[in-house]
Amino acid sequence: MNEAKPQVGDLKYYELLEQLQALDFVLVELNLFLDTHPDDLKSIEQFNKLTQERTVLAKQFQELYGPLQNFGRAFSKYPFEWAQGPWPWQV
Amino acid sequence: MWVYEKKLQYPVRVSKCDPRMAKFLIEQYGGADGELAAALRYLNQRYTIPDKVIGLLNDIGTEEFAHLEMIATMVFKLTKDATVSEMEAAGLGAHYVNHDHALYYENAGGVPWTAAYIQAKGDPIADLYEDIAAEEKARATYQWLIDMTDDVDLQDGLKFLREREIIHAIRFREAVEIIKDDRATKKVF
Amino acid sequence: MKENPEVRVYPVFHSPFDPCPPKLYRSYVVPVNQYIVFQPAGLPQFSPAEALRYGTLWPSLYSPYTSRKFKGE
Repeated sequence: MNEAKPQVGDLKYYELLEQLQALDFVLVELNLFLDTHPDDLKSIEQFNKLTQERTVLAKQFQELYGPLQNFGRAFSKYPFEWAQGPWPWQV
Repeated sequence: MWVYEKKLQYPVRVSKCDPRMAKFLIEQYGGADGELAAALRYLNQRYTIPDKVIGLLNDIGTEEFAHLEMIATMVFKLTKDATVSEMEAAGLGAHYVNHDHALYYENAGGVPWTAAYIQAKGDPIADLYEDIAAEEKARATYQWLIDMTDDVDLQDGLKFLREREIIHAIRFREAVEIIKDDRATKKVF
Repeated sequence: MKENPEVRVYPVFHSPFDPCPPKLYRSYVVPVNQYIVFQPAGLPQFSPAEALRYGTLWPSLYSPYTSRKFKGE
């Protein structure tokens, strides 16, 4: 079962979460940049490379702390993990 | 469609118990230049903006929902443990009477959010200039909010949001350049 | 505290009939985005960890802001 829900003072949870937030933030920035600079090949390469890194890190995070996305974008253990807290505004 | 991601865009921290600040922050939740208005404005305008900049409105509109959730997190954390007397002392007495500890789409003065805050003129230049102005107004609001608190952790999250307004404004200005330059488009159909 | 290069200052008229102690200047911020028409490609970047903290990927688009409360304004 979900052995590793974030506990009070679980530094690893916050550390891993912030790493993912950092990667995802760069992807948001590059995405908006590419929306107005669609021909910038170097940025597209960086975007694709970070997307790959993000996929690996998100998988690692989800194995430890449960799914990041609903509606079939992540697998679930038993019982259904999605609706379990804590939620982002609570941690 | 949208798929929710169970994480904030930025690690929001609030270190000082200060429900008074929640009353001010609600301006960016349900105010005229707040994140709800921003998200709904861009996501609605995207249907009638030239194809070349639809993606940008779509994506900035989506990011605004992440910012709305950050503001909600700040307000939630500042008020969740406040007693009735603390709410009242923070200027949230009227809010409490109507909403208890619930969040509500209203501005700092308690005025409910209205669609009259946002425009969709259908003219791409007019709409993009409205968007640029909206970003600068939100940036200014974040400055005044940063001025109102000495909690450095709260300031930190607000500074992130302020910087996002600056980046969004650059992108909207680029969008104006893109639609200005699109001269080669065939005029005969 | 280091001066913020984005801050602009202008003097304000003070009438002898103004009731409050005069503030001689008012200030406002002109953020870096006002000087960029179209962002050039290949600008130097922050690391992902820094980018998140600064709120932008590009150091040259970062706009600092200090609370007026801190500055006693």
